[in-house]
Amino acid sequence: MIKNISNLGDAALYCDFGKEVNRETNTQVIKYFKTIRKKNILGVNNITPSYNKLIISFDLKKINFNKLKKVIDNIEITKSDNIQNKKFEIPVCCEKEFSLDIERLEEILNIKKEKIYENFFEKEFFCYMTGFIAGMPFLGDLEENLRAKRLDTPRVKVPKGSIGLTEQFANIYTFESPGGWNIIGNTPLNIFDNSKEKEPNLINPGDLVTFKRITKEKYQNYHE
Amino acid sequence: MNKNYFEIIRAGINSTFQDLGRNHLYHIGIPFSGAMDNRNYLLANKLTGNNHNHPVIEFAYQGPHLKYHGSPINIAITGDVSFEIKKGDNLVDGKCYQSFILENNDELDIISTNKSVYGYLAISGTFDLKFQWSSCSTNTKANIGSNNGKKLTTNQKINIKKINQNFMNTKLNYVNTKIENIRVIKGTNFNYFSEEGKEIFFKNEFKVSKLSDRMGMRLEGKKIENIFETNIRSEGLIKGVIQVTADGFPIIMLSDHGTIGGYPKIGVVISADYDKLVQLTPGSRVKFQEVDLNSAETLFKLYDLETQSLISKI
Repeated sequence: MIKNISNLGDAALYCDFGKEVNRETNTQVIKYFKTIRKKNILGVNNITPSYNKLIISFDLKKINFNKLKKVIDNIEITKSDNIQNKKFEIPVCCEKEFSLDIERLEEILNIKKEKIYENFFEKEFFCYMTGFIAGMPFLGDLEENLRAKRLDTPRVKVPKGSIGLTEQFANIYTFESPGGWNIIGNTPLNIFDNSKEKEPNLINPGDLVTFKRITKEKYQNYHE
Repeated sequence: MNKNYFEIIRAGINSTFQDLGRNHLYHIGIPFSGAMDNRNYLLANKLTGNNHNHPVIEFAYQGPHLKYHGSPINIAITGDVSFEIKKGDNLVDGKCYQSFILENNDELDIISTNKSVYGYLAISGTFDLKFQWSSCSTNTKANIGSNNGKKLTTNQKINIKKINQNFMNTKLNYVNTKIENIRVIKGTNFNYFSEEGKEIFFKNEFKVSKLSDRMGMRLEGKKIENIFETNIRSEGLIKGVIQVTADGFPIIMLSDHGTIGGYPKIGVVISADYDKLVQLTPGSRVKFQEVDLNSAETLFKLYDLETQSLISKI
């Protein structure tokens, strides 16, 4: 049962899973997300999982806060609700033209760029959530020594496919979009396919992701 | 050949196809979108005999100037809008909330919205559109929806695949009113703000900034001081959420908002006030007024009943 549910305005439930941001808390969030989604509760519009919250918005014409809270209060997660983690290996090219902020990171972190890349490519990441822009995965956790703040002034345009780092997270820009993350490379893989009616995003919360360094030649000749 | 279409002589500032929006996709980062002003959207469709989730053209400030080619068709415009219909040498003064008939070569010039932002054009027919995730609603920032996720452009053609031949002569007496007090429920981070900040939020006037669009509405006024933390862990957003950014100013999430955000939420606009909120033009002055959840639910019921009663009068 979700212990802490309050209202966010008059048409959403705000479920708080605690202050800590870690895989354990997030896995709980994702389990509830998947279970609630499967129930197709009448009136529920959207369910948004994040690190430690789950926001359920609804149509006030069909249901209200107290009624929906009762339904959600009765939902229990069972052992069979285990999430299946898919695994992905994302190819990344780190040529100078793609690694827009690697020198800035070298300076801030005081680590040579080859060491930054070594750490980054060794890591297996966990997808905490997707969103902000369509299909963008928020992946954690970077080692302490690789954690940097976002750019002081965000870029107006971050190229599609860019791999960004901020704090303990890595993300992938699924579209060209404004953004302030430190860009260290670019993937030729399409992370979000908006021509797909079903499951347009490649990576989902709970999935595991590693990155693999590729040459510029491979990047240019990449076919999915 | 029985081909019916609009030729766009002038596209207008932000003219897009919209319907009721798309659901169940926030978790992958795709916003709700849909017509900003739900009541005016529904009325436009009813005036042209359509069902309630039929695609219309939404325009902001200056609307499109269209030339019609094809068999006669009904149209209706809702909102607070000035428009004209040119039939050969005759100029007909347009009236909102009333159906008109367009014939071959007639021109419809949607000059501007008056004391509001959005207006709606519905036709007694079906635009030839490609839907994305069960909706035509266009989000131009993410390039999602019909027309390749883009706003209408000059010289483009809008094809109509089907015309409803039952001509209607519908009319409704309705005047849009402007909201001055936006009613809100306290947000989940209300206590992040200083006592003075909370008082500023509920007692002072704010001005709607020019930096407002379908994604969000920025407000200017006295700074609201955050005494706790100017960032929160990124979490889900819904439309109507009022975040206060690090600079101390509120920003209200509107229909095309990003699905997650990391600024503290000081309040949420109640559902009953959303349609009127989005119609506030830059420069408008507004105040926030606190209500509780029960009152918000009652106010929404009243608002919905009023909308239904308007629809039933058509």
